[in-house]
Amino acid sequence: MNKVIKYVIYDILRNKFVMSYTLLLLLVSLAFFGFEADANKGLLSLLNIILMVVPLVSIIFTTIQFYNSYEFLELLSAQPIGRKTIFLSQYLGIGISLCLAFVIGVGLPTILLEGTTKGLTLILCGLLLTLVFVSLALLASVCTKDKAKGIGIALAIWFYFSIVYDGFVLTALLSFSDYPLEKASLFFTTLNPSDLARIIILMKLDISALLGMTGAIFQQFFSSILGIFIAIVLLILWIIVPAWRALAIFNKKDL
Amino acid sequence: MIRFENISKTFGKHTVLQNIALTFEQGQAVAIVGPNGSGKTTLIKSLLGMVIPDTGSIYVDNQNIKHDFSYRSKIGYMPQIGHYPPNLSIRQLIEMMTDIRKGIIDSKQLDFDIIKDFELEKIYEKKLGTLSGGTKQKVSAALAFLFDPQILILDEPTAGLDPLASEILKQKIFKEKNKGKLILLTSHILSDLEELSSHLLYIQDGQIQLFKQLSQLKEEYDETRLSKIIARLMQVKLSPSLPQPYWV
Amino acid sequence: MKKLTVIFILLSQLTFAKTWKVNNTSELLKSVAHSSKNDSVIVKKGIYHITNLIIDKPIYLIGGESQPQNYPIFDANYKGEIITVKSSGVYIGKIEFRHVGETSSIDWAGIKVLESSNVTIKNNYFRDCYFGVYLSACTKIQVLGNTVIGHPKEEQTTGNGIHAWKCDSIKIANNYVQGHRDGIYFEFVTNSLIRQNFTTQNIRYGLHFMFSHNDTYELNQFVNNGAGVAVMYTKHVTMRSNLFKNNWGGAAYGILLKDISDSQIQHNQFISNTVGIYLEGCSRTNIIQNEFSNDGIAMRIQASCDDNLIQNNNFIANTFDIATNGNSVYNTILKNYWEKYDGYDLNHDGIGDVAYRPVSLFSTLIERVPQTMMLLRSFTASLLDKIEKIIPSLTPENLKDESPLMKPIRLVPFNPKAVTVQKS
Repeated sequence: MNKVIKYVIYDILRNKFVMSYTLLLLLVSLAFFGFEADANKGLLSLLNIILMVVPLVSIIFTTIQFYNSYEFLELLSAQPIGRKTIFLSQYLGIGISLCLAFVIGVGLPTILLEGTTKGLTLILCGLLLTLVFVSLALLASVCTKDKAKGIGIALAIWFYFSIVYDGFVLTALLSFSDYPLEKASLFFTTLNPSDLARIIILMKLDISALLGMTGAIFQQFFSSILGIFIAIVLLILWIIVPAWRALAIFNKKDL
Repeated sequence: MIRFENISKTFGKHTVLQNIALTFEQGQAVAIVGPNGSGKTTLIKSLLGMVIPDTGSIYVDNQNIKHDFSYRSKIGYMPQIGHYPPNLSIRQLIEMMTDIRKGIIDSKQLDFDIIKDFELEKIYEKKLGTLSGGTKQKVSAALAFLFDPQILILDEPTAGLDPLASEILKQKIFKEKNKGKLILLTSHILSDLEELSSHLLYIQDGQIQLFKQLSQLKEEYDETRLSKIIARLMQVKLSPSLPQPYWV
Repeated sequence: MKKLTVIFILLSQLTFAKTWKVNNTSELLKSVAHSSKNDSVIVKKGIYHITNLIIDKPIYLIGGESQPQNYPIFDANYKGEIITVKSSGVYIGKIEFRHVGETSSIDWAGIKVLESSNVTIKNNYFRDCYFGVYLSACTKIQVLGNTVIGHPKEEQTTGNGIHAWKCDSIKIANNYVQGHRDGIYFEFVTNSLIRQNFTTQNIRYGLHFMFSHNDTYELNQFVNNGAGVAVMYTKHVTMRSNLFKNNWGGAAYGILLKDISDSQIQHNQFISNTVGIYLEGCSRTNIIQNEFSNDGIAMRIQASCDDNLIQNNNFIANTFDIATNGNSVYNTILKNYWEKYDGYDLNHDGIGDVAYRPVSLFSTLIERVPQTMMLLRSFTASLLDKIEKIIPSLTPENLKDESPLMKPIRLVPFNPKAVTVQKS
C-alpha cells in the first residue's frame, strides 16, 4: 500500500491549496497567540477555527481531490493492486497531508506557545476532526459520480454538523425541558463529531463551568478519564465507520 | 488467453452488455469497433476490473479475475485520455508504477523503447500537470509497454499524437503483435485499425454482432477496405423497420 | 509591704514551677496528675498510648524536640479522645496526636478545650484524628501553626480539622488542614481572626462559618475543597486577601454567601472555581477589588440579594461573568474590568463609553435548561449571544456595568510564601 501513498502524499503536499491552507492556519494561530495576552483566550479563538474551518476545508478539499483524481484512480485500478489499496492510499494520502498541514499550521505554534495538556488536547481533536471529515467526504464522493453533486453533499454534511445540528439540539432541549434530558444530551453529543471534539476540548478549557452542570450524568461522564477516553474512541469510530462504508461502496463501484 | 463467459451488465435500466461470450487468443490483434454507447468501453473496463459485471465470469489464462487482481500484471493499459497527479514528475509516475509491480516483475525486463523513441527522458523531471495532451498520451503509451505485458489494451492510442509520434507508436504495436502478444485496440481512425489488427470485433447494443479474422471478412464482403466493411455492417443493422438508433 | 508580698508570690511561683521530663506513658500520666500550676511537662520522643487524659490546671505540655518527625506521639488507638483541657492557661506544643476514635455520640478530638480561656495550641501535628482541635465555649484561645491531616471516608464518619463553637476572641493562624469534613469550622464564634491558614482536600468546606459576627479572615488559601468555603447567617464579617482556587463540582463555590450582611470582601482571588462567589440573601456587602479568573461563573447573584456593591473587580477568562435567576436588579455594579468587554473609549478616560452586560443569553438558557450546557462555545451559542447583544430580550435589562474599565485594576498578587504552614 505504501507503494502508492508515498506518491499521493508527495502530489498533495505540493498542491497550492494545501500550501495556502497550511499558511493560513499558521498565520491565524500566530495571530491568536500574539494578540491575546492570555494563552487560554488564544486557545478559545483557535477552537472556533478547529470547529468550523478545519472541517470545511477537510471535507471540500477531499471531495474535490477525489473527483480530480478520478481518472487516475481508474488507471490505478487497471494496475495489479486491489481496490482496497487504491482507496486506502487515497484516504491516507489526503488524511496525512491535511494532518501535516494542521500540525504545521496549528500544532507547532500551539506546542511552542502553549504546550500544555490544553494545547495538546486541542491539537489531538483537530487532527481527529480532520480525519472524520476526510472520511465523510470520501463517503459522499463514492456515492455519486457527479462532481457538482458530490461537492454539494459534502457542503451539506459540513453545514449540518457544524451549524444546523446544534440548532436542532437546542430547540429539542428547550421544547422538552420538562422531561429529564440528561441522557439525551449525552446521546446528542455522540451523534455529532464536532460536538464530541468541542466537549473534549472544553473539558480542558472550561472545566470549571462544565463541572458546575447540574446535569450530573453528562458532567460525570465527561469529567472522568474513562469518559474522555470513550469520547475519543467515539471520534475514532466517526473516522472508521464512514471510511469503512466508503471502502465497501468503492470496492463494488464501477469506475 | 482471455475468455468472457456470459457477461452481462446493466447501468440502471440500460443494458450495456448482454450475454457476451468470447475468447481471445495469443497473437491476435483485435480491433474493437462499434457505434458510441455500444458497450466497447464497458467490455474493456470489465476486463480491467474497473466495471464489475452483473453476471458471468472473465478468465485470463484460465484464472477467474474476480477477487484476484494479480492477472493485471499481465496487462498493459493505455487509457483514452491520461489524467495524472499534477504535481508528480514523469519519473515519479514511472517509479510508482514500477513500485506497484515490485516482486511481480523483474525490473531488468523493462521495455524502455517507447520512452527512448519519444525522448521522454529529456522531460523526466517535468510535472505531469504541465504536460500537453499529446505528451500525456506519450506517457500513457510508455507506461502501457513498460512492463512488457502479454496483453495490451490500447484505447484510442493514436488520438492526439502528432503524425511522427503516431507512426512510432504504430511501429511499436506492430512489433509487439509480431512477438505474439494479444492486442486489443479501439480507434476512430479506421486506417490505423486496418494496418494493425488481425481480427475485427463488432459490438452493437451490447451484443457481439461479429468476431472474425480480418482477411476472412475481406473475402466475405469482397471489400479490401475496412471502412467499407464497417459501413456495410452498420447498414445491415439500420434496417428501416427498426427505429432510428440514438447514436446517429 | 503589699508590693513585697506580690513580688514574693511571683518569685515563689517562678521558683517552685517544676519541670518534669517524661519517657513513658505511666511517667507522663503521673507527672500530669502530680504537677502543679505552671509546671512544665517535657515529653521525650516515643510513642505514648493515651486516651481521655484530662488537664485541669494551667501547665505546659511540650514535646522535647523541634523537628516534627521527632515529636512524641500520643496514640489513642482509635479508642477515644486524647487530651481534654478543662483549665485556662494551658499550653500544648510540639506533640503529634494520632488515631482518635470515632463515635456518633461524642465528638472525640486530638485536643478538646472546654469552657476555658488563654489556652495555646501551637505547632502540633494531628494525624487521623476524628476531630483535630475542638474548642467549645472558650475565649482567647490561640491555635497556631498546627498541621491536621485526616483520611476522610465519608461526611458522617469524618470530623472537622479545627472546630470552634460558641467562642469569642480566638485566633486560628498558620495552620494546615487536609482531609477532614470541614477544614475550619466556626459556629457562634465572635470577634475572632482566621489568618494565613491553608485548607485543602476537605470533603465538605475548607472553611465553614455560621452565626459568627464581627470576625475577620484574611490571607488564607482554600484550594480544592469539596464544596469550597461557606459563610452563612453572619453580620460584619471581613474577608480579605484570601485565595479561593480549584473548588470544582456541582455544588462547589469559591465562597457560598448565604444571609450575609454589612460585610466586606476585598482583595481576594477566585481562580478556577465552578462558581467564584455565590450570593443568596446578602445585603449591604461590598465586593471590591477582587480578581475572578478562569471561573465557570465568576458570580452568581440570586434575586434575594440587595444593596450590594460590586466595584473595581477584574473579571478575566471566566466562562460566564455573572449569572442570576431574577430579572430585577437591586445591586450596584460599577467600574469593573470585564475582559469580554468589546466596547470603545473615545474620550480616553479609561472608562468604556457603552455599558457592559455581564449576563449572556446562553447563561440564561443554561439557568432554565441546564442540559444546554452541552452547546457551550458552539456556533449556535455564540450566534444567540450576538443576537441578544443587539436586541436584549431574555437577559435582565438593568443588569449592566454603566462604566466598565478599559484596563484591569492592578491588584497585589497573593503571595503564598507569606503563609508559613508546616506540612510533612
